[in-house]
Amino acid sequence: MDDARARRGGWSWWYLLFVVQTVAVIWVPFFNRVEPTFIGIPFFYWYQLLGVLIGAVCTAIVYFATDHLFDSK
Amino acid sequence: MQGVNWVALIVFGALFCFITWMGFAAAHWRKGDLDQLHEWGLGGRRFGTVITWFLVGGDLYTAYTFIAVPALAFGAGAIAFFAVPYTVIIYPILFLVFPRLWYVCNKHGYITAADFVLGRFGNRWLALAVTITGLVATMPYIALQLVGIQVVIGALGISGTGFVADLPLIIAFIILAAFTYSSGLRAPASIAIVKDLLIYITAFAAVIVIPIQLGGFAKIFAAVPPAKLLLAAPGPLTTGSYGAYATLALGSALALFLYPHSLTGILSASSGHAIRRNAALLPGYSFMLGLLALIGFFAIAAGVGNLPEYAAGFKQFGNNFAVPALLLHSFPSWFVGIAFAAIGIGALVPAAIMSIAAANLYTRNIHREFINKNPTDKQEAQMAKLVSLVVKLGALAFILFVPTQYAIQLQLLGGIWIIQTLPAVMLGAYTRWFNDWALLVGWAVGTFAGTAMAVAVNLTPTYPLSLAGYTFPGYTAFYTVILNLMLAVVLTPIFNAMSSRRTLVDKTVAADYHA
Repeated sequence: MDDARARRGGWSWWYLLFVVQTVAVIWVPFFNRVEPTFIGIPFFYWYQLLGVLIGAVCTAIVYFATDHLFDSK
Repeated sequence: MQGVNWVALIVFGALFCFITWMGFAAAHWRKGDLDQLHEWGLGGRRFGTVITWFLVGGDLYTAYTFIAVPALAFGAGAIAFFAVPYTVIIYPILFLVFPRLWYVCNKHGYITAADFVLGRFGNRWLALAVTITGLVATMPYIALQLVGIQVVIGALGISGTGFVADLPLIIAFIILAAFTYSSGLRAPASIAIVKDLLIYITAFAAVIVIPIQLGGFAKIFAAVPPAKLLLAAPGPLTTGSYGAYATLALGSALALFLYPHSLTGILSASSGHAIRRNAALLPGYSFMLGLLALIGFFAIAAGVGNLPEYAAGFKQFGNNFAVPALLLHSFPSWFVGIAFAAIGIGALVPAAIMSIAAANLYTRNIHREFINKNPTDKQEAQMAKLVSLVVKLGALAFILFVPTQYAIQLQLLGGIWIIQTLPAVMLGAYTRWFNDWALLVGWAVGTFAGTAMAVAVNLTPTYPLSLAGYTFPGYTAFYTVILNLMLAVVLTPIFNAMSSRRTLVDKTVAADYHA
């Protein structure tokens, strides 16, 4: 049922990971600070760069988890 | 300004010659009949995952990005980093919406967003609104790419007065125009590979070498004034810079794929699968963009803003000169040549795609829809080639004769305008629920309100929205697309009830949206 809907481009629960990665980088009060620094880089900067990596991992997970639902080319 | 940097200029020139050759040779790559619009303007929809990665990456991360994001960090500090959450958010959007659009466009032979809107909603005025918005938003964007080239040419030490001063830019423009005309989308697709390689080399060299020269990241960030290091914490009764930061990221991300050049890049992929795969692979560029934003802080720490040899450059180009100055300051001349070529070529790739996208729009959605309804394939492709020339000439004239500040302001307005096509294009990919006239009213009000709000804050990106005693400074594009959407939702049932038309006009069916 879930599979069939996702195949038509509908909902898959894996897409919740997208919400996680989005909220992680736009909830500014959480990361607008200097400490803890990483190799001299303030938290504000290294955290968001880490957010890029987390986003990449999330997107990759969603891709592999939903791939079988789409075309097999 | 300092004299001509010959070593850098020769390296720069050699790389430019190489990509010029590549651009023309590209006509024979995955050969197709370039007298057909989808061959010239979409590369025959034959690009697989890897080429799409280079093409879309080359398309989205433009020379202006490389210049302007660090320049903003250099001038304004932390707020510039909104570019990072922005690039995190764009890929879920790409993943969720654009495979569907790819399938439906492939099935029906659509090559522009307006083609899709016309097929989906059957309203030529709504399609015209999408077309005109796309054209108007793209033009200043092309002009800004030329600004990117202008800055590096200036930094190479080439200066002069009148026509001589503009000659290098005109030459770069002629190269761009000629290979786009002859090879279509295949030219930027092949050049994008070289461009990305050069950009990656430059970015990594800069991020490794310069911090070592400056004594480490701790020293670099210690040199950044405290007010620029973090966002200012909001006072009472306002979301302050936090809301501005988040809405800038969200709004820019939502607007990105609505730009005609983004869609051109996406539709040239060979399958919806290639697009989903790219959504997972493209964050490779995001990381680089984050690193590049840091370069603005390197420029602060290196103190290039106060060095006499760069004073003339800063005077001419403002903070946009920060990156070129830092590169000149930190690297030997031969590497400066490579880095500047990366920026220059990084301008040609998106400029080519943008002009192709604009040409596709005009040819398909204005000329064919309103002027010559039954063109032959050859006439259509010929018209697109000509329009791509006109569009670029317009951009060149704009840069040569109008102050750069206007191009930047128009590009800002362009973002506010293009996001107004979101309900019709992105939501249209999912649902035919909306009434077409309701969408048109939403678009018109969003465009008008967005323009008025931007003018009210002197063409700066954020507007201080006041509600019930609270102030929410935020990206105007983000606020106005919500207004647009609310109107479309409220008006849809009303317009449907008033309409005598009982059946929906929709040339697409649910099965067209997936494999």
